[in-house]
Amino acid sequence: MTVAVIARNTFKEAVRDRVLYLLLFFAATAILCSRVLALLTVGDRMKIIKDVGLASISLFGALMAVLIGTGLVYKEIEKRTIFTLLSKPIRRHEFLLGKYFGLVLTLAVMLAGMGLIFLALILLETGTVELKLFAAIYFIFIELMLLTAVALLFSCFSTPILSSLFSLAFYLIGHFSWSLETLIKKVHPGLGKTLLRVLAVILPDLETFNIKTEVVHGLPLPASLLLTATAYGLVYAAFVLMLAVLVFRRRDFV
Amino acid sequence: MSTILSIAGLRKTYSSGFIPRRQEILKGISFSVKAGEIFGYLGPNGAGKTTTIKCVLGLIFPNAGRIELCGRPPLDPRSKTQVGFLPENPYFYDYLTAREFLDFYGQLFGIGTDERRSRAAKLLKLVDMERAADLPLRKFSRGMLQRIGLAQALINEPSLVILDEPLGGLDPLGRKDIRDVILRLREEGKTVFLSSHILQDIEMICDRVAILVGGRILSQGCLTDLISEKILFTEIVVSGVGEQDLAPHGEPLSAQAGRTLLKVYEEDRIPAVLDLVRDRKGKVHSLIPRTQTLEDVFVDMVRPQ
Repeated sequence: MTVAVIARNTFKEAVRDRVLYLLLFFAATAILCSRVLALLTVGDRMKIIKDVGLASISLFGALMAVLIGTGLVYKEIEKRTIFTLLSKPIRRHEFLLGKYFGLVLTLAVMLAGMGLIFLALILLETGTVELKLFAAIYFIFIELMLLTAVALLFSCFSTPILSSLFSLAFYLIGHFSWSLETLIKKVHPGLGKTLLRVLAVILPDLETFNIKTEVVHGLPLPASLLLTATAYGLVYAAFVLMLAVLVFRRRDFV
Repeated sequence: MSTILSIAGLRKTYSSGFIPRRQEILKGISFSVKAGEIFGYLGPNGAGKTTTIKCVLGLIFPNAGRIELCGRPPLDPRSKTQVGFLPENPYFYDYLTAREFLDFYGQLFGIGTDERRSRAAKLLKLVDMERAADLPLRKFSRGMLQRIGLAQALINEPSLVILDEPLGGLDPLGRKDIRDVILRLREEGKTVFLSSHILQDIEMICDRVAILVGGRILSQGCLTDLISEKILFTEIVVSGVGEQDLAPHGEPLSAQAGRTLLKVYEEDRIPAVLDLVRDRKGKVHSLIPRTQTLEDVFVDMVRPQ
């Protein structure tokens, strides 16, 4: 399995990159800081710990996906390692998928690390760990899978700095695109409204993966949400990866 | 002998810049490499050597022409199982150790674990890198990278080895070592395709060459056909004879510490020079007939362009 071989090597590359540990360190600090913030809060301290903890995991996970993901393909081309690699019996899409799954594996491990710190903190504070917290981390993981695909797509034709900006823009747009719905309700019917509707369909809705409210306030979590969010994330990621393959397939490596 | 690589009418144009400017790098190249030979692909910098190799390996897409690699199109992964490639100025994953690096490429060919290990050990010995087997590549010098790059190109026991400037940036000892490995590959029945602008090295080892200038092949064939055996001139270093006395026989070039370097163009004048030296009780320090070298052929071809 060529994809698996490349994925394993990508994982090796990522875990030997110091940036990853720097981010992990800051993530751990941020999660533990939620405990300090809770002390300053009037009311339910646990809500703050859960809210800030999950937000930290999501944010630092996204930073890892973007900062490492955008360099993945670009570095191979820039350092010319791709010449040797593609002279082996590898199809180009296998190379891209290998890179993608390698980073997804790295993120899974990092997410597990951050999750453990977070859950340990919760366990220390309350003595129990709710199942919903696992669901919240799982949702973050699906979101990161999508974000990694986007970072990889940009990495196929752009420099890491630009790709990082694009990918972070995607992340931000994704988290605020729900406000388009509010706008659509207020706009009079016509061309403008249709355009806004099209935009609302195309733009990613990353809030689908945000179940912090449900977790923090102990609201019920329907099983259908779990399924639709997973399907949404995976289909979107597959679509973005397909675009990346299309860009990559006809590219000249000068 | 069967043909292992054939290229016909290969053309490649790049367009670059904000307002694209087209630049034709390869202007219709045709040649073929036979199984079991060492084929030298020569040309000055920027002639299109690396571009040709990239087309062969499917790294870039030619605008026109046909390439057959082991009887298959270059993008077919099956053809790549037969090929080993060492790029120019090799850059590799610097976070891997030499052993991990070879193992990684072995895995891409689907070679089993035990076989990979034994091949890696054998290759590390072949390129004399056993002592650096467990060092990360980021600590390697240029020459070491070149050696480990060659090992990587051989991990799949290829029948065709493509080497892009394999001797560039190496010290004389390193060049000799790599040359020896190339010759050994031919003994094992492998085909070697190497590009270079260091002509002395090519001359020593290649069976056939193609000379590429400005995207066109100006000449190709066996080395013996390209280079005539004719003696161009003879260089004689003598002492004890004045420069003006030697002048009628040839062209006195330099005089240092009483020695004169004389360039004699007509062969039948050599006995006269030797007689003159004997008469004057002088001394002949050396007498070297210069035949045509690949460099002469090369310079003759490149100059009018």
